[in-house]
Amino acid sequence: MGRIVRDAIDLQELAGRVSGQEIGGIAVFLGTVRIQNAGKRVVAVEYQAYASMAEKVLERIEGEVRRDFGALKIALVHRIGRLEVGEISVGIAVGAPHRREALAAVEYAIERVKVAVPIWKREIYEDGSEWLEPAPASPTGEAG
Amino acid sequence: MRVRVLLFARLRELVGGDSLEMEVPEGTTLGELWRLLQADNPALQAFTSPPLMARNLEYAGPETPLTGDEEIAFLPPVSGG
Repeated sequence: MGRIVRDAIDLQELAGRVSGQEIGGIAVFLGTVRIQNAGKRVVAVEYQAYASMAEKVLERIEGEVRRDFGALKIALVHRIGRLEVGEISVGIAVGAPHRREALAAVEYAIERVKVAVPIWKREIYEDGSEWLEPAPASPTGEAG
Repeated sequence: MRVRVLLFARLRELVGGDSLEMEVPEGTTLGELWRLLQADNPALQAFTSPPLMARNLEYAGPETPLTGDEEIAFLPPVSGG
């Protein structure tokens, strides 16, 4: 299943993908569209992806999580297109034998998604719109 | 050699299209290509800091030489999540 999707992200389906007999804890992070940012009222958000590269980077992050956190299963999905306030933009679910691995892995994964995955957010206001361009961090996770 | 560059988000809006093509000398690096594109497309000069660069779906540094047979993309700072 693709990691970059146009349809709504389903929490139950996401968590179901990382459940299993060896799993003792599932941690989930959902990013949602907030009604205001930096003092401006947000009407909607449009996400654009370099989809082929984004799929690859998300797959790599999943690999890092499995390798470094003892997580057994991970599901990472990012929605693109126009999203209304309150809708889920990103969903991450990790299943691990114990809660600590699952919680740590989810936090790691969302931080990596924010700096490394080629996806861009345009906020739409009542009187215009703007691409968000945060201060660049190293997308490869290297210092500098 | 002829190279095609994919553009995204604000870069795409600045040039009014999702890609640019350009004829450049063999061995041109990614960083040189960006400067050549800026010289050729004044709209790109509004983008003052160097973009992230990708070659064949991997991030790559400005020193990376081009062979002409690859997928190149220039990317604004990412803001997913």
